Amino acid sequence: MSSTTMPNTTAKFELKMGVATREAYGQALVELGRKNPNVVALDADLAKSTFSAKFQKEFPDRFYTCGIAEANMVGIASGLALAGKLPFASSFAVFLCDKGYDQLRMCVAYPGVNAKFVGSHGGISIGEDGPSQQAVEDYALMSALAGFVVLNPSDEFCGRALVHRMAEHNGPVYMRTGRPKAPILYGPGDTFEIGKAKQHGNGRDVAIVACGLEVGYALQAQAQLAEEGIQARVLDMHTIKPVDETAIAQAAKECGAIVTAEEHLLDGGLGSQVARAVAKSYPAPMEFVGIQNTYAESATPEQLMEKYGLTAPFIVEAVRSVLKRKR
Amino acid sequence: MTTIADVTAAPKVESIAELKRICNRLRIEIVKMIGAAGSGHPGGSLSEVELLTALYFRVLRHDPRNPEWPERDRFILSKGHGCPALYAVLAETGYLDHSVLGTLRKLGSPLQGHPDKRFLPVLEANTGSLGQGLSIGIGMAIAAKLDKKDWHTFVMVGDGEIQEGQNWEAAMFAPYHKLENLTIIIDYNHQQLDGFTKDILDVSPLREKFEAFGWRAVEIDGHDLEQVIPALEEARNGKNKDARPTCIVANTVKGKGVSFMENNPEWHGVAPKPDQVSAAVTELQEKAKHL
Repeated sequence: MSSTTMPNTTAKFELKMGVATREAYGQALVELGRKNPNVVALDADLAKSTFSAKFQKEFPDRFYTCGIAEANMVGIASGLALAGKLPFASSFAVFLCDKGYDQLRMCVAYPGVNAKFVGSHGGISIGEDGPSQQAVEDYALMSALAGFVVLNPSDEFCGRALVHRMAEHNGPVYMRTGRPKAPILYGPGDTFEIGKAKQHGNGRDVAIVACGLEVGYALQAQAQLAEEGIQARVLDMHTIKPVDETAIAQAAKECGAIVTAEEHLLDGGLGSQVARAVAKSYPAPMEFVGIQNTYAESATPEQLMEKYGLTAPFIVEAVRSVLKRKR
Repeated sequence: MTTIADVTAAPKVESIAELKRICNRLRIEIVKMIGAAGSGHPGGSLSEVELLTALYFRVLRHDPRNPEWPERDRFILSKGHGCPALYAVLAETGYLDHSVLGTLRKLGSPLQGHPDKRFLPVLEANTGSLGQGLSIGIGMAIAAKLDKKDWHTFVMVGDGEIQEGQNWEAAMFAPYHKLENLTIIIDYNHQQLDGFTKDILDVSPLREKFEAFGWRAVEIDGHDLEQVIPALEEARNGKNKDARPTCIVANTVKGKGVSFMENNPEWHGVAPKPDQVSAAVTELQEKAKHL
């Protein structure tokens, strides 16, 4: 996608909207279930919200609802995988990662079990339900588990493809999905690989590294910056861990300035991963768009993304700031 | 990997007297290996010896020559700190060379401080953070049902471990899903690290609790092989379980077999010093003469 096709606006919701990435998960899980009889799905009383209910409907014998008991669900997923099944366990990201964390470490990461986990309603764009339901630390938590792959697709095409990549990958994987509809950024011909960023544009003034819904905002920022004569490239870093160090090093070398954007606390998330890759390749000034050491509140997704500084204008501002420090 | 047709389950030891001699040998190994390691958990290892002996020499379908046999029964030691007893029984059954026992807790040893299948693949799960084994066992039992296989999953937990809430999530799940191919064995030695379980957070009555959750629950003397073996066999093979999982509450004595360790919470997680190892081994060898 070239930046010139992006609308000349910073209003995200003027982009063409597709389905939410959580719905893409449900669609792809059904596809997987048709191909692989070993796929077993688990949920913790949120199947309608995570869209694992699509799988439940088609494969009721291979679906287990665990009730509101995430720790047990993660342990069951481990046991299924140890006995040769390919389990996909889902819940809201905040409950799956935070309530199931010891189990994710002890029963999955540490023995290196081939189990897959999908946390929906990631970030603050869940909206009105408020901070108790908003996962703003899941990238950090899951990245801190040795051996885990951590994903967050930006749109439905990316999401569906990554579910298939999860199944092909031998080892533990976590994927965050989102509640709101996501803008369509790709098409059926696009391919996605774990650990390989999708690059939008070849700008050499600055690189914007984003994941999840922030990729849509980053593309809007890219369009606005182009009008000001600033050529940005956008890296859709759908794999937060292992982060694409090659693409980051190239961006740092060619652009000399980096901005990261994530719907996550700034501690231990995408920005931290990118900063490490920049620091050990071609050190360059960086700015970080993300949630600033706080919990959000109840409001519409749009209001929250605006109030907590995650929309395109904040990315544009971060670019202006980082360019002042560019050598 | 060998096919099912290539293997048969390990031969069983029928003689109770011989099983008692095996238990005594295992206790000697446990004391020696923890003494050599200089750290470890003798109390809860000694309390589970008859339960493990009955499983590995009488009840489990397994074959030490084929540890990856897909048809094998699964055993998960959820109370991971009790692993010296499991390592000793794995050596006694032929999964391990006895010489390995002396490497417990040493750098590079397959015998990690808590069970770690990365180093010892014959283990079914990594444990040590308490309260998690039953959920893993449920996952395995579901897998067996999905594949229409008749292997059984056994999970051993400690009584202190039962305080972990995840057990009760799992306890609700297993009967609801009619997992009669799953058995939990509670090594009810009445002690935990800080003292007697009744003085810390009383878990009693365990049989009644599990019954209320829908399990077929029985209570036995966990050191009496003539009670342990039938209870385990009924759990594994019984036809009258109404599609319920089984809970075996096994009353045991922490530190069983070594007089100065029995019923003393101080021996939860302290290794015997060389003179104490000698005293314990002498006591156990003396007992062996009468078995």
